[in-house]
Amino acid sequence: MTHATPSLDHDGRLSAARSKILARMALGDRSFHLVTRLCAYGVFILLAGIVVSLIMGAWPAIQTFGLEFLVTRRWAPQLDEPILGALAPIYGTLLTSFIAMLIAVPFGLGVAIFLTELCPIPLRRPIRVAVELLAGIPSIIYGMWGFFVLGPFLAQYVEPGIVWAVQDIPVLNIIFGAEMISNISLFNASLVLAIMILPFITAIAVDVFSTVPPVLKESAYGIGCTTWEVVTNVVIPFTRVGLVGGVMLALGRALGETMAVTFIIGNSFKIDGSIFSPGTTISAAIASEFAESADLHRSALMYLGLLLFILTFFVLAAARLMLMRLEKRAGA
Amino acid sequence: MNLKTVLAAGLVAAVSFTAALAKDVSGAGATFPAPIYLKWADAYKKASGSAVNYQGVGSGAGRKQIEARTVTFAGSDIPQTGEWLDKRGLVQWPMVMGGIVPIVNLEGVGASDLVLDGQTLGDIYSGKIKRWNDAALTALNPKAKLPDLPIIVIRRSDGSGTTYNFTYYLSAVNEDFKKKVGTGEAVEWPVGIGGKGNDGVANNVMQTKGSIGYVELAFAIQNGLAYTDMINSAGKRVKPKFESFQAAAQNADWAKADHFNLVLANQPGASAWPMTVATFILMPTESDDAEAAAAALKFFDWAYANGGSMAKDLDYIPMPDSVVSKVKSAVWSQIKK
Repeated sequence: MTHATPSLDHDGRLSAARSKILARMALGDRSFHLVTRLCAYGVFILLAGIVVSLIMGAWPAIQTFGLEFLVTRRWAPQLDEPILGALAPIYGTLLTSFIAMLIAVPFGLGVAIFLTELCPIPLRRPIRVAVELLAGIPSIIYGMWGFFVLGPFLAQYVEPGIVWAVQDIPVLNIIFGAEMISNISLFNASLVLAIMILPFITAIAVDVFSTVPPVLKESAYGIGCTTWEVVTNVVIPFTRVGLVGGVMLALGRALGETMAVTFIIGNSFKIDGSIFSPGTTISAAIASEFAESADLHRSALMYLGLLLFILTFFVLAAARLMLMRLEKRAGA
Repeated sequence: MNLKTVLAAGLVAAVSFTAALAKDVSGAGATFPAPIYLKWADAYKKASGSAVNYQGVGSGAGRKQIEARTVTFAGSDIPQTGEWLDKRGLVQWPMVMGGIVPIVNLEGVGASDLVLDGQTLGDIYSGKIKRWNDAALTALNPKAKLPDLPIIVIRRSDGSGTTYNFTYYLSAVNEDFKKKVGTGEAVEWPVGIGGKGNDGVANNVMQTKGSIGYVELAFAIQNGLAYTDMINSAGKRVKPKFESFQAAAQNADWAKADHFNLVLANQPGASAWPMTVATFILMPTESDDAEAAAAALKFFDWAYANGGSMAKDLDYIPMPDSVVSKVKSAVWSQIKK
């Protein structure tokens, strides 16, 4: 404790001036406490306000479609009695995020391990700065790049080969099959997402890796461990809480990313199992349809928004739960 | 100058600024006619000194705003029924026209090299015709070299008046399309990739070999895309151009159309372009701000009289005189000034 107890004067009493100052400090403390508390509660009020307004906006659709909304594949706003279902956007959201994580997590960790363990010192700063700059690029730029450069490249040089190679292998020829290969597909969107979330994973991994006490690593090296063994047995176990946090952040961004995905996913409410087909995500569907929607159609889009909110919430909650378990196991 | 005078000056400026805005006319709605409305507004401001503001927010959003009376007028690519209008105290009239063209990206195929008909186009958009060398396409284009490639269908991802007019036409001429897809601003497309806005579709077609899309003619010309000819309801091959759009409007029976509720798709006439689109203005009969309503009508009157050549420059088609005089006598007379 750094707080010194108020010293007494010669008569053993607090001097009047001193108690005045103390009273003023107490007042300051109390008002500071109040202000910070209001700020913190304000977040709750904001959150509640957003949830309530989402539910209100989505209410007509919730009443009409109920939970069937979650499993309906059709999206037909033009009918006199519109049939609207969220299955295709949910599928697209989960699939693109999953593929993006599949690519970005090992890639991002690889970059981080190289930077902290293997990289020659003069190269360290430039690479770190480059990764951080990647995080600063606005998502619309990624969308344009995906649309004009990456998409045509993949469609011309990469995807036809994959489709041809797997055409006779069951299951794979559905996942990697395509009736037509275009510049736009779920896979392209996933790849751009992977690039977008890569810097999050790398930046956080680098930060947490550098918290590993050198003495731990040096002891491991001292008993003859290879770099691989040090990374897998010392660095990653020591930092896994922070790593999961970084991965969660990245997943949160991947689930909600809108602009870049809207550009290159094709906005097609279809589920055919192939990752080279066009599809849609919840946020892309809202972004492209909201402006011209009305009535039940608009309400259904709000319902989609609510679902995305819930989805993100559960992903974060599940990740927290996982973290708690990890911590317990580490403690045992 | 102290802080108070600065604040006072700012306040005066702000008040006079809003006062200047209040006299102006504001409109919102369809994006398709936005370029010509803005050009007209610009020229009108130079000619008369009065300002007209138009925001291209989309037909649906424009209708919402005029229902809420937050704008003086709304633009919409979709004509409304008399019942819809009466219920909301609105009137509508056609302001200017354009045409939707199919655009293709095929090696060695330029503008007007291919011809399509409604049946074939509908079959492509309902997913029935899947390849460029399909018998239906080669029968229409015996001379063209059509590749053995899949057709990549590009359509709108957002709700749009263009889609409404396009699907209206295809539903009118293709039974199967009507059953499978139907007519609407946003429909349940069985195939294809969605692009946002006319430019989104144009960009996607430009980027994708073997693709087909539909945009307003102006977007095809601006982007140098290969549009196709069409076989019209008279069975004649027509090119998408000023004359064929004008012919569709000329032959359209505006006189019989209740409240001008008429879609110009598939109009009769040997030279009529089958996917001609009229875009409409919606205004309340009793406006909260009669002064603004009068100013808006003055602008539209000026645009009908002087806007023709500007419209042509941007590949829009002015309304024929017969329609204009009917608009003035039958519709504008209902608006209280």
